[in-house]
Amino acid sequence: MCGTCGCGETDQISIRKPGENQEHAHSHKHTHDGHNHDHHHDHDHAHSHQHTGDHHHGAEIQLEQDILQKNNLLAERNRGFFEAKNILAINLVSSPGSGKTTILEKTIEKINKHHNLFIIEGDQQTMNDAERIDKAGAPVVQVNTGAGCHLDASMVNRAVKKLNPDEGSMVFIENVGNLVCPSMFDLGETCRVVIMSVTEGDDKPLKYPTMFETSDLCIINKTDLAPYVNFSTDKAREYALKVNHHLEIIEMSAQNDEGTEQWISWLEKQTRQ
Amino acid sequence: MHELSVAMSIVESVEEETHRAGGSSVSEIVLEIGILSGIIREALDFALEEAIKGTILQEADIRIEEIPGIAKCSSCGTEFRTGDHFTICPECMNPYTDIIQGKEMKIKSIKIAFK
Repeated sequence: MCGTCGCGETDQISIRKPGENQEHAHSHKHTHDGHNHDHHHDHDHAHSHQHTGDHHHGAEIQLEQDILQKNNLLAERNRGFFEAKNILAINLVSSPGSGKTTILEKTIEKINKHHNLFIIEGDQQTMNDAERIDKAGAPVVQVNTGAGCHLDASMVNRAVKKLNPDEGSMVFIENVGNLVCPSMFDLGETCRVVIMSVTEGDDKPLKYPTMFETSDLCIINKTDLAPYVNFSTDKAREYALKVNHHLEIIEMSAQNDEGTEQWISWLEKQTRQ
Repeated sequence: MHELSVAMSIVESVEEETHRAGGSSVSEIVLEIGILSGIIREALDFALEEAIKGTILQEADIRIEEIPGIAKCSSCGTEFRTGDHFTICPECMNPYTDIIQGKEMKIKSIKIAFK
């Protein structure tokens, strides 16, 4: 969906592999009265549409429809694809700069030999993360959302088609760095993993509860810096569990390779479920 | 600003339903938004104002009904009203609860006009 004018187009969003030129097929030519809606009338109408003149009448329709129904339906299609191909799909969410890409680099280094890893990188701009992942040795597609603050199921659907992940592989979706918006958008992932780094403060789960509430695993990253930034791991755990007592928690310093074994075992456990 | 995406989804769904029913414009939209849904009411109002411009929704009266939050204690099963995700159980003081109401984001109903 276009984040600029509210039309149904996927303007601004670019999905490409490292080395590819920017695709910009869509231009902003459409007007709002020029939409070509293709609706199927496969149900009976109660009224006959024969009124003339300036006679108006109205009708109330009870919808009871989820606002994000379109996204949710497409997310279920993504999920169906992942399930059918026996793919473990992980949605990584966090603030910007919490270490998502470094964690992915370490993960690739450690298990790419045993499991095929495929990565979808989400950022507003740049190919920087895709280039890092490419260097680390995993197939990657970069989604640039332009002004968009989160990935949605449609972007992931397009990215997955381009990435074409193998049967039995792991697909990591690195969401746009943002601890608020991505929480609402189901991408069709198998599990959602929230990463918080100690420099962000131990009360992050209380400040941004929705993200922690919708996640399956919380990684507390950059633990090597904890003594310098007055971060209490116990408090962070307590707050995170208060918001979501089903949450599993792993402490990690991806940079120093601490806690990464636990993360790998967690991933392997998910592939067996 | 995920409220903009939410507002655009509302416009899209309502346009679709209105066309499907043969309507030409929308006079009223009733939304149900849970207070724990992660939607900021003011941000949604602002986003909707922009998103409906130039659409068949632009004259619509938009009503938002807030759904209160209810949590259930994972230990004693007590259900209680809450405005956040981390209030402890008032009965047994257990900190671990599950939100069972207040995360809704729904288009409840629309009123449409025919030409």
